[in-house]
Amino acid sequence: MKQLKSFIKKEFFHIFRDPRTMLILFGIPVAQLLVFGTVIKSEIKDVHIAIYDQSKDETTLEITNKLLSSGYFILDKNLDNLDDIDAIFRKGKVREVIVFENNFGQTLGKEGIAKMQLIADASDPNIAKLAISYTTAIVNDYIRKLYPEMQLPMQITPEVRMYFNEEMKSAYMFVPGVMALILMLISAMMTSISITREKELGTMEILLVSPLRPVQIIVGKVLPYLLLSIANAFIIVLIGHFVFGVPVNGSFILLMLETILFILMALCLGILISTAAKNQMAAMFISMIGLMLPTILLSGFIFPIENMPVVLQYFSHIMPARYFITIVRTIMLKGTGILFIWKETAVLIAMTLFFIAVSVKKFKIRLE
Amino acid sequence: MEKETIISARNLIKKFGHFTANDNLTFEVKKGEIFGFLGANGAGKTTAIRILCGLSSPTSGEVKVAGFDIYHETEKIKKNIGYMSQKFSLYEDLTISENIKLYAGIYGIGRKQRKVKEAELLQKLELEKVKNKLIGDLPLGWKQKLAFSVAIFHDPKIVFLDEPTGGVDPVTRRKFWDLIYEAAHNGITVFVTTHYMDEAEYCDRVSIMNAGKIEALDTPAKLKEKYKATNMDEVFLKIAR
Repeated sequence: MKQLKSFIKKEFFHIFRDPRTMLILFGIPVAQLLVFGTVIKSEIKDVHIAIYDQSKDETTLEITNKLLSSGYFILDKNLDNLDDIDAIFRKGKVREVIVFENNFGQTLGKEGIAKMQLIADASDPNIAKLAISYTTAIVNDYIRKLYPEMQLPMQITPEVRMYFNEEMKSAYMFVPGVMALILMLISAMMTSISITREKELGTMEILLVSPLRPVQIIVGKVLPYLLLSIANAFIIVLIGHFVFGVPVNGSFILLMLETILFILMALCLGILISTAAKNQMAAMFISMIGLMLPTILLSGFIFPIENMPVVLQYFSHIMPARYFITIVRTIMLKGTGILFIWKETAVLIAMTLFFIAVSVKKFKIRLE
Repeated sequence: MEKETIISARNLIKKFGHFTANDNLTFEVKKGEIFGFLGANGAGKTTAIRILCGLSSPTSGEVKVAGFDIYHETEKIKKNIGYMSQKFSLYEDLTISENIKLYAGIYGIGRKQRKVKEAELLQKLELEKVKNKLIGDLPLGWKQKLAFSVAIFHDPKIVFLDEPTGGVDPVTRRKFWDLIYEAAHNGITVFVTTHYMDEAEYCDRVSIMNAGKIEALDTPAKLKEKYKATNMDEVFLKIAR
């Protein structure tokens, strides 16, 4: 026990004395969270539009006002020629052009039908789609309020509710994802680097010659990072909550227990990487390419798993982050308990045990 | 007076695939002896020392270190040996004092005993003023002396030194050997590999390895007589050729 204590103390000295390690441990998580939080958006804001209003009556002006006061759109230019549309798209700033037909308000009043055209710059399909659907929604809303008594034959009005995320905040999507990504990266990369560093410097031999048992060396290496990663998980949940407004609807304790499980899994993976990697560079490379990219792409963090090609869907099954993200979303957003995530939890436990078994075996082989 | 045998190897063989790194080594080391293990690079010195330290297990052969069997009693062996490798073996981002505390902790030395021994060590090496400096800031010669002192901090029965003086100037090397003599005087058996032939002269007995085999094993004086050489350098060249 005393042996382990002095070993762990030394490990903390390594961490706290190396500015690079400190930066990776605490700088990257916060930076990543803030970057993802402001970059990934499924909602739009301040999209530049142009309007070609051939009618310029009360109705079109009111619709224009509604659009502009919504906060989603900024009017760049009022066009007065159809040919200008092409030119203004080519300039690139304007993403959507709204065209009202001649006598818009009059036709609407008389015939109950008026035409407007929405043209979007689909070189960025995401924004184009969002801009169109936001515009349509605002226009529909206006019409409905204008003629509340209007009854079209057989009209269906869907009442949409976005369950678990009423405002469709993208933060709800990325906070669990970033949490998985950061914990994976820090735990696996930092342990693998710190073990390979000892190999590289030759101090690992000294440790192996000493009465320390291999298990003690592994525990001593892993424990500091376990503690720091838990601290990190706290920070992520706090930032998610106070900066981006992501709730923790379920049990906080359950969330932390699942997080610790995930961290343990990642730490064991880190040990495994260190037994395969010859030096720090290799360890870092394997962690970065082998863990970070698949975690971002295949875990359902950004891209829905259901939409992937079948082969990649199979691949996503071996991504530990996939299960963790599901767990975190379930606990934080849906607020349900272990009954609904026991399968994912079981998978993570199985993965952890597997990595422990393989890395202890490999670690021992290296001794001989 | 026959001294107690502390390391014994009989027909020690270590193979890596088809390559035989240690070919039938048989030797004994007596307690308190400075035993030199000589050979060119790749002769199999490091392999042998790693086996004796328990870092690697032999393919076959009977080996006992400090009275314990190398196959089954590695844990007991580890408590009784110290080791210093070719690579520098202290943590550069820890201070002198922290390094000492770490090793004392790993070897289970109590706080009181550690404080006494630490003070003694720092005084001997004249490092009291810099004990809270990071090791990385010390000159190489000091580092080596410190690494040796730390390797014998827990009073092992045997200390294994794997080319401890690589890259060190002759004056510092001489001082380093003073430390080795002192340790041997205190009853610690020293097992040292080197390829500096002047260092071979300092050893009580030397074995000279070539291509995995021990070609000669005796005191430096007898070896010089046998090979009709004036110094160990000549002996070595005659054998290695």
